[in-house]
Amino acid sequence: MAQMQSGAEGLLSLPALLQRNATQFANSPAYREKEFGIWQCWSWAEAAKEIEALALGFINLGVNRGDFIAVIGRNRPYMYWSMVAAQSVGAIPVPLYQDANAEEMAYVLSHCGARFVVVTDQEQVDKVIEVQDQLQQFEHLIYLDPRGLRKYDHSQLHQYSHVQDQGRAAYDELMPELNTRRGELDYDSTCVMLYTSGTTGKPKGVVLSNRNVIESAKNASEFDKLRIDDEILAYLPMAWVGDFIFSVGQAYWTGFCVNCPESAETMMTDLREIGPSYYFAPPRVFETQLTNVMIRMEDAGRLKRAMFRYFMAHAKKVGPAILDGKPVGMMDRLKYTLGDLIIYGPLKDTLGFGKVRVGYTAGEAIGPEIFEFYRSLGINLKQLYGQTEATVFITVQPDGEVRADTVGIPAPDVEIRIAEDGEIFYRSPGSFVEYYKNPKSTAETKDADGWVATGDAGFFEESSGHLRIIDRAKDVGKMADGSMFAPKFVENKLKFYPDILEAVLFGNGQDRCVAFINIDLTAVGNWAERNNIAYASYQELAGHPKVLASIGEHVSAVNLSVADDPMLSGCQVHRFVVLHKELDADDGEMTRTRKVRRRIVEEKFADIIAALYDGSGQISTTTEVTYEDGRKGAISATLNIGDAVVVPVTAQKVAAE
Amino acid sequence: MKDMQEGYTTADGRKIGGVVMEMKNITLRFGGVVAIKDISFDIRQGEIRAIIGPNGAGKSSMLNVISGFYVPSEGEVWYRGAKRPKMRPYEIAQQGIARTFQNIALFEGMSVLDNVMTGRLGHMKSGLIAQALWKGKAEAEEVANREVAERVIDFLEIQHIRKTPVGRLPYGLKKRVELARALAAEPKLLLLDEPMAGMNVEEKEDMSRFILDVNDEFGTTITLIEHDMGVVMDLSDRVVVMDYGKKIGDGTPDEVRNNQAVIDAYLGVASD
Repeated sequence: MAQMQSGAEGLLSLPALLQRNATQFANSPAYREKEFGIWQCWSWAEAAKEIEALALGFINLGVNRGDFIAVIGRNRPYMYWSMVAAQSVGAIPVPLYQDANAEEMAYVLSHCGARFVVVTDQEQVDKVIEVQDQLQQFEHLIYLDPRGLRKYDHSQLHQYSHVQDQGRAAYDELMPELNTRRGELDYDSTCVMLYTSGTTGKPKGVVLSNRNVIESAKNASEFDKLRIDDEILAYLPMAWVGDFIFSVGQAYWTGFCVNCPESAETMMTDLREIGPSYYFAPPRVFETQLTNVMIRMEDAGRLKRAMFRYFMAHAKKVGPAILDGKPVGMMDRLKYTLGDLIIYGPLKDTLGFGKVRVGYTAGEAIGPEIFEFYRSLGINLKQLYGQTEATVFITVQPDGEVRADTVGIPAPDVEIRIAEDGEIFYRSPGSFVEYYKNPKSTAETKDADGWVATGDAGFFEESSGHLRIIDRAKDVGKMADGSMFAPKFVENKLKFYPDILEAVLFGNGQDRCVAFINIDLTAVGNWAERNNIAYASYQELAGHPKVLASIGEHVSAVNLSVADDPMLSGCQVHRFVVLHKELDADDGEMTRTRKVRRRIVEEKFADIIAALYDGSGQISTTTEVTYEDGRKGAISATLNIGDAVVVPVTAQKVAAE
Repeated sequence: MKDMQEGYTTADGRKIGGVVMEMKNITLRFGGVVAIKDISFDIRQGEIRAIIGPNGAGKSSMLNVISGFYVPSEGEVWYRGAKRPKMRPYEIAQQGIARTFQNIALFEGMSVLDNVMTGRLGHMKSGLIAQALWKGKAEAEEVANREVAERVIDFLEIQHIRKTPVGRLPYGLKKRVELARALAAEPKLLLLDEPMAGMNVEEKEDMSRFILDVNDEFGTTITLIEHDMGVVMDLSDRVVVMDYGKKIGDGTPDEVRNNQAVIDAYLGVASD
């Protein structure tokens, strides 16, 4: 009984929280999923029964304590259940990115030695079967949707519902065993293992204990006053720590309902229908939505466009202040209310943000203009700074203290220390246990006192006490003249333009910076349509002289604003190129969470970078591409290099601290 | 005559049942033009049966005879053990035959869901007034039919366009909606008129997958006409080859591929 007190109210594991929810919140909705056009709902009591049946089925299949059970597929209640069922029997769930190709999947599955894999459908079954021979410990594959799988050899293949049925049938025999195993779970037993996508090197398995997950979920839920009647939409990759904390950790701690979309394509419609009150998205999602709004406004009638411009300008002026509860003049307030009635309200409903009480963006820095657009509409969008190793939370922005350029104050129970060289260290109840089978990396990242290195450089702003992130510590460098080189700062400014999807800045150790640009096909395609520009492919559109010209204008405009910053004025883009292909995770150029892998891009396109520096006007190049099914091909192109207008930098060369 | 009950087993282990439909010495004339000349073949329970041939070979005419839209000038059509009389289109639908068209024939102004629901019309028994008043049986019936429609929508993965008017959809998706409407009728025999025409490689792969899945999941007997030889050979259990209104080959894809008459018709033959 001694250990009972050590956990949060004696609840030492997610299965224990589930039991509590199944009795205390028995009839409130726990999961919803849209299927066959209708939102299907499971209460906490019903979800607990489903999970129990699956857990019994797992025991029946021979799952032992300490086994790894990989979970691969899109967000579905059944997939979340399989993770909690795995925990209930003492096994460790390992969610994987569903868009991972067979090779990446093989690495992770063999690294953790998963004996069991739970997948959604045939596509994932095929991938696992493809790599099966490389997996030593793999034994059973459980799938959800039987479609197309009838003819497969079922000696190692099981349908999810059948596993549950067998579990139910063996209820009397196996229930004591399940109870024993559930009882053995304590605060230090492993809750989940998540593979970090890693912008460098092979993925690492981050082991998180029940303490990590429950303490983090509890602190964050209390920080934002989450309630049982909150609603979230679970649409982000299940392998991402954020989704695990929001859709499992916080949902189990608070008891709110997790809604799963019908399919990836219907996500926007489902978002509107659910109207979540707690919402989470990486900057990319907000950027895409803003781009879509802007495109649709371009196509709207003149009156609507004028109204949109007029009221958005007003919202930009007073919206954030009103949201933060700062004093705002009577007339401005009235005008904002009017705007809310005819523009902001309907727009928020269309975006699915009508009911958002707390919204977060994290994973990467968000462009300030994008951030303020949503804030000005009255959406309480905040930033947090975190990573898998911290079980998400390192710093968070409290309500009323939200700014685009900082990431807030330390989250509850988190200590932060800034090292001499600017690197951020933290220590918290959420600090990960270890990297699985990798003591070397564990030791490099986490010291004996429990301080974890983030790999990011930053500083605390003296006036507000908020943390400001400069960049990935590894990415921050020095220009040839000693001034600071912080690529993300410039890239984020570039990415604010709807027609720029991705930008990569180079210049570390050089005398000037150059950049790669990826166009946004949706935005540029729409623009091309309106301007009668015909194109047959992404490559052709990206190479169009008019596209080059308009991107050139954006780059020059960004230079103007970069020149304003005394510390970073050296990072202006002198020359740029619009890439002939989109940077893609399948080609290894990005992580599965869509962060650019700088080193790989630098190596792969070395010829283009060289051309940017040697002053040539064109460069012919051939690039290897990987298709979704793993086949490889090559595309070649001749790229035109653009020159941008650069603001001359006067005397003050401030060295980086 | 062959034993009507005897089936066969395909290469991939599916059991094919007895004869569902038998065409006996079909000839079809339009005035002086002979579109089909004395053709006989059968379609068996659960198989994917293809009809191929060069342009103008009479494939579409043949499909129209199978569907009952054309009545053959000579010969008999036997369907499920009985000789089929001349029928009206709704009677054909009631017999469990559904089809898609070479040139998409959807209601462009209606949503995808409404289009799929039209496939359920044959299953609605309540009267016009009951449906208009939305009372009793009509309501329950609509719910049941909507469920079938939704299952088909789920099966063909078109949830995201459920409420989109068909006119706004690209060609490949329209083809899929048409298949959805045909499937909603829960047909015993599904006729597909060039399901891949005008599609790109990826769309063709998707459509092939759906056709195989329909056959596998619901056991639907499928007869299709297709130009793309590769697709036909991959999908079908047995193939009828037509040329100039005559049958020049009939058998498994392998047999057909090695049939000299078929090779001549497709590759041309040196005239001497």
